[in-house]
Amino acid sequence: MDLIRGAIDYIQENQERFLDALTVHVRLSVYALLLGILIFVPLGILASRWSGGPALVGIVSAARVVPSISVLFLLYPYRREIGQIAPFWDRNFTLALIALTLLAGPPLIINTDAALRGVAPSVLENAEGLGMTGSQVFTRVQFPLALPVITAGVRTAAVEVIASATFAAFIGVGTLGRFITSGLTLYDFSLLLVGAIPVTLLALGAEVSLAGLERLVAHPA
Amino acid sequence: MNKLDGQHNPPVNAIEYDRVSKTYPNGSRSAVSDLSLTVERGKFVVLLGPSGCGKTTLLKMTNRLIEPNSGTIRVDGIDIMSVPAPELRRRIGYVIQQTGLFPHMRVEDNIAVVPKLLGWDKRRTSARIDELLHLVGLPPDAYRRRYPAQLSGGEQQRVGLARALAVNPDTMLMDEPFGALDAITRSKLQLELRRIHQELGQTIVFVTHDIDEAVRLADDIVIMRGGRIVQAGDPLEIVTDPVDEFVSDLVGASDALRRLSLIEARTIATPVHAGELPPLEMRPETIDVRAALGVMLGRGLERIALTGEDGDVTGILELDAVRTVARTHPIEATV
Amino acid sequence: MNFDYLIDHRDEVLRLTWEHIQLCALAIALALVFAIPLGVLITAYPRLRVSTLVILGAIYTIPSLAFLAFLIPPVGLGRQPAVIVLAAYAQLALVRNFQAGLSGVDPNALEASYGVGMTAWQSLTRVRLPLALPVLIAGMRIAIVSTISLATVTAWINAGGLGSLLFDGIAFNRPSMILAGTVAISALALGVDLLLRLVERMTPASRALHQART
Repeated sequence: MDLIRGAIDYIQENQERFLDALTVHVRLSVYALLLGILIFVPLGILASRWSGGPALVGIVSAARVVPSISVLFLLYPYRREIGQIAPFWDRNFTLALIALTLLAGPPLIINTDAALRGVAPSVLENAEGLGMTGSQVFTRVQFPLALPVITAGVRTAAVEVIASATFAAFIGVGTLGRFITSGLTLYDFSLLLVGAIPVTLLALGAEVSLAGLERLVAHPA
Repeated sequence: MNKLDGQHNPPVNAIEYDRVSKTYPNGSRSAVSDLSLTVERGKFVVLLGPSGCGKTTLLKMTNRLIEPNSGTIRVDGIDIMSVPAPELRRRIGYVIQQTGLFPHMRVEDNIAVVPKLLGWDKRRTSARIDELLHLVGLPPDAYRRRYPAQLSGGEQQRVGLARALAVNPDTMLMDEPFGALDAITRSKLQLELRRIHQELGQTIVFVTHDIDEAVRLADDIVIMRGGRIVQAGDPLEIVTDPVDEFVSDLVGASDALRRLSLIEARTIATPVHAGELPPLEMRPETIDVRAALGVMLGRGLERIALTGEDGDVTGILELDAVRTVARTHPIEATV
Repeated sequence: MNFDYLIDHRDEVLRLTWEHIQLCALAIALALVFAIPLGVLITAYPRLRVSTLVILGAIYTIPSLAFLAFLIPPVGLGRQPAVIVLAAYAQLALVRNFQAGLSGVDPNALEASYGVGMTAWQSLTRVRLPLALPVLIAGMRIAIVSTISLATVTAWINAGGLGSLLFDGIAFNRPSMILAGTVAISALALGVDLLLRLVERMTPASRALHQART
């Protein structure tokens, strides 16, 4: 309890610093997630309609064994080059954004592909039988039916991104992870919690709210 | 019926249900209530009734898969509650609808389950597997090493039957074993089961909701409703003389054809008069009236000739006689 | 970035790989101590299933760095908190698959096992477990493979293993070390994945299915 009080005290005394870290963390996560959805959901759609799709999904699944932290660290030596992509941002932020976007990839691709393939062929056939064109079948039938599973992929990706954003502190990005890393360096337990508690709440919040969204887009069976 | 030297004779009654009741904890009404029934040794008894009538509960109480709330069940004169359940079940063959074959075991291992539980040696078990596969019409060489998923539904059910027969049980319990099979496979297996029963003479209790199946198989049919026995008797008696509307609806007694299928044509034939020219259409005299009627209606005939074993015409079956028999009780008409 | 470190220091990489395996083995062993009874419990009492899985799902959602941070005050640094965190994460995959495997067994096969006269123990060991085995092994595989990847961050609190190559690589600015660690961890995970897939296929239940298809 003293630790928690200590953490609260710290936040009150360093409000600006805390809010700054929180903002960076959320901004980084949201950007990565949105960018990930923009890139990888269409890729999943392609995978579901392309003959090489299963192979691609297989490779993406296998790539999940690469530790999240590795993706960040492997890009780090190229921070100078990466920094030039978005000169208006801190180069480490850009680097972390790219890494987290990549980390959002596997759950988005895998779920989108599985969701679209999971729609019963008889339903699609029926839609065609009613006179829908190929694109109408996709936008009005297949995609809406696949949406809950795709949303589940977004949920997994969101939790992954929020968690991995803490690692960005290791390469000098001021996310909530910075309190955890400096908490250990300074051996200040309260400081550890200043990072750990909000990050956990963020992850749980994303999990719960996206699970809610998933139910919302699910059609009653 | 007992011989005089009855010392080693088993009791005449294979199974006795004595005021048996079963209520399920969440059920509003009892599944089986105060039911008494005696199954004679060697009889093929079919429990018939709509779903929820308690027939399956009664069957499963016999090998203690379900335990009664009250009453006594004796198998071979022994109260089933006095024997450990697994031991009891190993002595009673058991076949269920979806075969219940163990999917991870080959056909031979499925059949060997009970012999193994009883500690038979390998050679005896192996010989028995071959013997049983022959009995159920599956060549051992082709079938021993297969897995259940590699068999058709009918083949699976044959293996299920072989497994139940493995240690030559005196009593067999069968819970709608052919319910999931197509009509042709079903009637084929019904015939085989009938043959096996005649060959081996076990006591069989068989559950079904299919009246045709019951009529084809049973020595005795027991009709159940709401956990009680409504009527029991031989198939002819049941279909021709239903005790109430429930039974008559169930057996479709209004369908005269079904009744006719139980009667041999010769029993209602008229004799051939000397000098009379018999009809050209001939059938063996053992044909059932339903089939004979089919022939007549199909060819627009008023009468057909019936022939004995040697091919001589032994009688004439008149359409009028069939009509009469269909309208009245055939037993009255023929006895 | 190059493979120099992996080639020049392969003894060190192998030593760390062994350390990594030990760490993961400890974590999985601890995880099973909880997951087996939990899986059996929610199979026997399906009412507990949803709440149990929700709790395990919530635990799984805690970011790993935060989870480690929570454990530092009471447990300190080193292998111990790492094993606890990894075991906690493994619960979800293990328990979910144990439950799915055990309750997914064809009820007809189970009824038949009692019907032919098996005791409860015989029915469990000869029918239920063999039939559930492929799913049980799949659960172990998923848990073990993700543990191998997750056991990277734990190097940050001095739990050892291949993750130390990553942190040292950042600290000493040696990209070759980062690559060596990443390659070793990924290879280890994929190798174990493959191995356990083979084991899964060799179970009688899978062999029976496989033969039926061909």
